[in-house]
Amino acid sequence: MFADYSMAELGAIFAMQGFAGLILFSVFVLMALGLAIIFGQMGVINMAHGEFMILGAYVTYLMSNLFADYMPALFSIYFFVAMILAFIASGLLGLFVEWAMIRHLYKRPLDTLLATWGLSLILQQTYRSVFGAREVGVSIPDWMMGSLPLTDLIEVPINGIFVMVLAVGISLAVYIMMFRSRWGKQVRAINQNRVMAGAVGINTEWTDRLTFGIGCGVAGVAGSAFTMIGSTGPTAGQLYIVDTFLVVVFGGAGSLLGTIASAFSISQAQSIMEFFLSGSMAKVLTLLVVVGILMIRPQGLFSLKLRK
Amino acid sequence: MQSSAFLSRKEMIGFALLAALIFIVFPMMLDSFRLNLFGKYLTYAFVAVGLALCWGAGGILSLGQGVFFGLGGYCMAMFLKLEASTPENTSIQSTPGIPDFMDWNQLTELPVWWQPFYSLPLALFAVVAVPVVFAFIIGVAMFTRRVGGVYFAIITQAFAAILTILIIGQQGYTGGVNGITDLRTLLGWDIRTDEAKTTLYFVNGVLLFAVLFAAQYVRKSKLGRLLIAMRDQEDRVRFSGYNVANFKIFIFCLGAAFAGIGGAMFTLQVGFMSPTLVGIVPSIEMVIFCAVGGRLSILGAVYGALLVNWAKTTFSESFPELWLFGLGGLFIAVVMLFPNGLAGVWSEKIEPRLLALLGKAPADKSAPDGAPAE
Repeated sequence: MFADYSMAELGAIFAMQGFAGLILFSVFVLMALGLAIIFGQMGVINMAHGEFMILGAYVTYLMSNLFADYMPALFSIYFFVAMILAFIASGLLGLFVEWAMIRHLYKRPLDTLLATWGLSLILQQTYRSVFGAREVGVSIPDWMMGSLPLTDLIEVPINGIFVMVLAVGISLAVYIMMFRSRWGKQVRAINQNRVMAGAVGINTEWTDRLTFGIGCGVAGVAGSAFTMIGSTGPTAGQLYIVDTFLVVVFGGAGSLLGTIASAFSISQAQSIMEFFLSGSMAKVLTLLVVVGILMIRPQGLFSLKLRK
Repeated sequence: MQSSAFLSRKEMIGFALLAALIFIVFPMMLDSFRLNLFGKYLTYAFVAVGLALCWGAGGILSLGQGVFFGLGGYCMAMFLKLEASTPENTSIQSTPGIPDFMDWNQLTELPVWWQPFYSLPLALFAVVAVPVVFAFIIGVAMFTRRVGGVYFAIITQAFAAILTILIIGQQGYTGGVNGITDLRTLLGWDIRTDEAKTTLYFVNGVLLFAVLFAAQYVRKSKLGRLLIAMRDQEDRVRFSGYNVANFKIFIFCLGAAFAGIGGAMFTLQVGFMSPTLVGIVPSIEMVIFCAVGGRLSILGAVYGALLVNWAKTTFSESFPELWLFGLGGLFIAVVMLFPNGLAGVWSEKIEPRLLALLGKAPADKSAPDGAPAE
């Protein structure tokens, strides 16, 4: 299967596919971070996670139109404003959903799964009614267009690099929040022992709500980043949900590092296989391998040693 | 305590009412087209009954029942497709005698794994065996390692995704996104006529009752008691010396077998099978059929499947935008307000009043096999 290519070409193919894999990796990381907070720390299955991302994407779309119409001078930086607004919009919706729905279901994880699936259907239809069934794309500022030639054979698109930088930035931000902030300490304390955490004066209810909100907010930022590399439709979120959950479960729920490692291995495997097999077979094989490994090692790659 | 008889008096009335509805009321009230539609809804009831056992009684939520429904359906469809693809019927193809979609995809001979489906007994065997074997493999891998709860749900959902992608990707072998269509006859008997559809509706009804009786038998057996015990206190059952994994594997395989039969009946009545009936979305909708009916009640599961599908047809015909709101709202409402579904509403609200109205003393107050797992 390699005979038709020269060594240089083969190297370039691997580099390009590797880079495509890196973009996919960034996408997976962005998707999975919010879920790693919500599912990993709280154990809540949020099937509407994809729809929170899409909300961020639509906020970005609105901002892009707004800036293009009213503030064309600032258009090149609209994206940063949109990202903050996406975080706020998805986060607020998350806070509301936690208050209205999730907090009643903490003891029934399977029911949470069904209820949030219902929520995802409602959100999808809302997007369809408001923005139409067709996919929408945002206009990308000029500086993000085009690609960067590294060698004669290897080129990398700038928006891809941007998404990668974002993924690194947001991962760092989540790491700092999780392991360096007071909130993160409280979340981890509750994850380890809820009753004890409450006994030492942590407001567990409020921390739960905030955690859910922040997880959804991160999803919104992820959605915002996706508009840079693809278009957004009302049902786009559903396409990602299985992948995202597998990334988090495969990495070991509760481990941020595990999530990133599993996003890396899944995305690289998929994009390298995609070149030699058809896209669908690459996907099937990747999923099968992941599920197979999960059957042998249900706790995922990295598991936290906790006494429950 | 429940009575030890196979059917208590109350359950006997419930079964009789459902039988009257399916075998007398529907055929008399509905025209042939609608009856066929209701037959289609009832094929989903097979899955819902299986879920009532797995999820309601056993606490195993599978989001991949569509996989088993689809496998059963595809096994049936492969047999029917081969029968429809005689060399005479397909003489315009470059390779006559193979299914049309294979010819379109430049296949020149039938794949080996299609060969057994020339035989009806083998195909019927496969309708049950393929889903069961598949469920057995998943079950052994997961339950012996004590994977359960949400992890099991997510992994079964991944299987639903995998099978859909596989079917769509391997167009030449599976018919791709269109599925296996243009099915005509079953051993020379045309299944597309109105009479055939009515006959199939009754066959479907009889099979559904066979499945319901099997499910009732399991519920009443020691296994049924153990399932509920496992759902609520898995470790205690394990420490009492039972092999929890084996019971779970069995009930999961049984649910898969039910779903496979339902899938085969779907293919026969509707006349095609496609990957859109296999994937994540249909699989999770099957769970809602069961949840609406009352996750513990096997009869409720049938009503749930009928009601939700009927609502889906009615609403998506007249108000397509509202349907998703309605379905989404249904998911949330059933979980948050009516965790025991229709069966719960019936036994908690309607039945006591009905009995009071009839001047009878209320029946024993024991909860129907316990509330959903907290």
